[in-house]
Amino acid sequence: MTYQSSVDQVVADRAPTATEPILRVSGLTVTLGGSAILHGVTFDVAATGVTALLGRNGVGKTTTVKSVLGLHPIGGVVSFAGTDLSTLPTHRIARLGIGYVPEDRAVFAGLTVEENLRLAEPARAAPRYDFVYELFPVLRERARQPAGTLSGGEQQMLALGRVLLGPARLLLIDEPTKGLSPKYAGQVALALGRIAQQVPILLVEQNLAVVRRMARDAVVLDMGRVVHTGDARDLLADPSLTNRLLGVSAAPVHSTTAKPAPAAAPAADLEAGAW
Amino acid sequence: MSPNRPLIPARATSAIASSGGTARRAALVVLALVLLYAIPYSTVQLPGVFDGPLDSPGTLQLLAVCLVFAGLALSYDLLFGHTGIMSFGHGLFVTGGMYVTTILVDHAGYSLLISALAGLGVGLVAAVVLGAVALRVDGIGFAMVTLAFGQAVSLLVVSGSPALTGGEQGQTLNAAAVPAALSGIRNTANLYWLALAYLALCAAVVWWLTTSIPGRMMRAVKENQQRVEVLGLNPYLFKLLAFVIAGVLATGGGVIYLLLLGGATPTVSGSDFTLGLLVMVVLGGAGRRWGVVAGGVLYAYADQSLTRLSGSSSVASLPGLLRSPLQQPLFLLGVSFVAVVFFLPGGLATLPARLRASTMPMRGMPITRRHRAKRDAVNAKSREEVAPRG
Amino acid sequence: MVSTLILLSATGLGLAALYFLVASGLSLIFGLMDVLNFAHGAFVAVGGYAAWTVADHVAGGFGLGLALIAAVAGGAALAALTELFIIRPLYARPLDQVLATVGLGLAIPALLQAVWGADPRTWTLPGWLAGTVNLLGAHIPTVRFVLIAAALALLGGLRLLLARTRAGLVVRAGVENREMVAALGIDVHRAFTGVFALGGAAAGLAGLLDGLYQGSISPGDGTSLLIFAFVVVVLGRMGSLTGTAVASAAVGLVQQFANYLSPNLGDESVVILLAAVLLLRRRDLKGRPA
Repeated sequence: MTYQSSVDQVVADRAPTATEPILRVSGLTVTLGGSAILHGVTFDVAATGVTALLGRNGVGKTTTVKSVLGLHPIGGVVSFAGTDLSTLPTHRIARLGIGYVPEDRAVFAGLTVEENLRLAEPARAAPRYDFVYELFPVLRERARQPAGTLSGGEQQMLALGRVLLGPARLLLIDEPTKGLSPKYAGQVALALGRIAQQVPILLVEQNLAVVRRMARDAVVLDMGRVVHTGDARDLLADPSLTNRLLGVSAAPVHSTTAKPAPAAAPAADLEAGAW
Repeated sequence: MSPNRPLIPARATSAIASSGGTARRAALVVLALVLLYAIPYSTVQLPGVFDGPLDSPGTLQLLAVCLVFAGLALSYDLLFGHTGIMSFGHGLFVTGGMYVTTILVDHAGYSLLISALAGLGVGLVAAVVLGAVALRVDGIGFAMVTLAFGQAVSLLVVSGSPALTGGEQGQTLNAAAVPAALSGIRNTANLYWLALAYLALCAAVVWWLTTSIPGRMMRAVKENQQRVEVLGLNPYLFKLLAFVIAGVLATGGGVIYLLLLGGATPTVSGSDFTLGLLVMVVLGGAGRRWGVVAGGVLYAYADQSLTRLSGSSSVASLPGLLRSPLQQPLFLLGVSFVAVVFFLPGGLATLPARLRASTMPMRGMPITRRHRAKRDAVNAKSREEVAPRG
Repeated sequence: MVSTLILLSATGLGLAALYFLVASGLSLIFGLMDVLNFAHGAFVAVGGYAAWTVADHVAGGFGLGLALIAAVAGGAALAALTELFIIRPLYARPLDQVLATVGLGLAIPALLQAVWGADPRTWTLPGWLAGTVNLLGAHIPTVRFVLIAAALALLGGLRLLLARTRAGLVVRAGVENREMVAALGIDVHRAFTGVFALGGAAAGLAGLLDGLYQGSISPGDGTSLLIFAFVVVVLGRMGSLTGTAVASAAVGLVQQFANYLSPNLGDESVVILLAAVLLLRRRDLKGRPA
């Protein structure tokens, strides 16, 4: 049995039920350059929906995400659908179906949009270009353009499109709306909403409006530790809590019991700048 | 609170310990100097290591070369181990010291002292100019520029003006210009003490510098240049300071080496020589001064003894396939590089710690994925041995 | 006058071709892996000696063809072995990586010297290669054209490889951001070995052609080429083929013309060129804004 097929076998044998978390992080400890960044972070990511990873700047959110991917040496346990990730190199972790959309997007500027996507084609499945182009038609328009010439919003779409070509089972997305104009932020948020219906997402976000719209669970970090886990909307509905944990006051725009509004309304309220 | 974090951070404990430690270290240094000073009075024999007793001219000459190289290694470590800049042209300062002095003595007729001082002056100017230019770029670019400068000097010396520099043969120093106390086999001891004085000077400069504020800034530059910049300081100036001091020390070493050899030789201008300095530092342990001194001494000893070794009966009796590579000094040099990197990372200076650690359980080691996997595998295996599945 | 100009240019471009053969591999290796491969000169030397030994035993054009294969294969094999056993284990320790390649770069030519001796081994060129070509009154040795042709072929081949193949895509992306390439599920380490081997193959070819160019081969040839190749790589942009090609031409021509004006001025002028460019440059070695 090849290594890959044996990994597939293990994963298939232990495919989670809808209620079992798809990602379990337990006691994650990361030391970088002599300083300890994470001190025993523990949380679960549900197998459906969006789990938001929140916290002020510098608390270790990006480090956490990168550690799941194996980009940092860690202590503790990270388990994806029952598979221990700690002994796997990054590319094998990605092959398990974990897609990564980094904070700086990391599109390959010298390659064309088409080449960026081609690079991300899955090894064993048919690439879902139709889904990607449906979400982000601009990528088809700009297929021959070098990715470095795209606007920030278009690059973000490319970064998202990349991880959707293959059979993704979990997406790690780091601040997708950061630095984007409201128009692009809105489009990206819309797309994220659609993606979240198909793939569970661990979403690092500072933009609380996006979090409120689509996150079900929230994990809050502070100084390299988990200080709060629970329902995202409950968290955001409590101004004193959000103020203490995140340093912001988040006045609710919709009532807390409302479900995420259907497609037309969010576009309106996003463009109206109701952040 | 993480169980692995000590109650008192490491730096604080070393500060507490060092007040007693400094006195102890100073005593060790004095002891070492006294012992080294006394060698020319000793008739101890170390067969296999040296050809004659310690006070014989041959042995003293060999030891003197070792001491000079130890000093040169310290000067190189100031750049590489301490400030973190990798220069491939350090040999050009040694070359400058040797050749400027020789040329002024032989062709311009100045006294040895004047020529040596002029050599030092040239070294200083060259260090400032070359350093100012080369340090404008970082890392790889800097290494390349210094390599290129070193090559240029080597070319100048070997083929530039053979009349002045003696070309590939080198140039002997006019014996008449050398003071009586330093010439003649009877006075090898004096040359030995001169070399010892040079090493002591290098050590003193390096010790003083590394504990001074500019020295600590240099170490900061090595560890995290960005942090230094954020503090509003200019790393370039500290690097330049290190470069100039190291260059001047190396120029002085060139002058001493000239006296030891009785002439200037182009071998110090080649890139192999600078690489030899690098090996001394890496072998001894970059940034660890005692280690670097040991590395310098060992390397110089090996280098000088190589002709003895390759001519020795034990090597000559090896089959040709094994023998001829061993007779190539560069082969041994290259292999020692690779060996140190793989088998002794951190150099000789880490040996005491390694020996101590091998007798202690593995506590508080940084956990990497590989370590954990290994540890889990070992645990699993031992668990199986205790309670085999069945 | 014109014929001298042409001769100098042809010789300069011939040298440039040699530099490019060595520097292209170095540039890709550094661009993709951030490894400064001081052992690259050893690949050149091994390729050269492999070729010479084969040609020494097998005569004629056929022997030369076999020698070509020996040079390329020898360089590639040594490079792949180096990457697997020296570079990869030291992935987390870049400084030690450099030191290990320095060590190899010293040990291997010394080993060659031990086996083949320090004296140059002469190449006997077949008739068609030993002649000259008359170009506008200048008599240019044929070997120069072979060199230039080989370098152009390599440049073209590499560009095709990078632009049209998946492996090339991986390399181009990896030069920009290898972490992200891994995050897309691609094993970058295979690309590393491939690029190393490719660089080694080009270096081996350079070893053969250098031997033909000089009419002889000695153990230190690879190392002296390496120094110029480093200058070229630093002048061009690491990871950029076109930059390396242009820089090779610049260095080769400057060196030749300067040497004509005064012996040894060529090598020194290359140093000055390097210093000047590095000082005036506003971008870091990969062409990103400094």
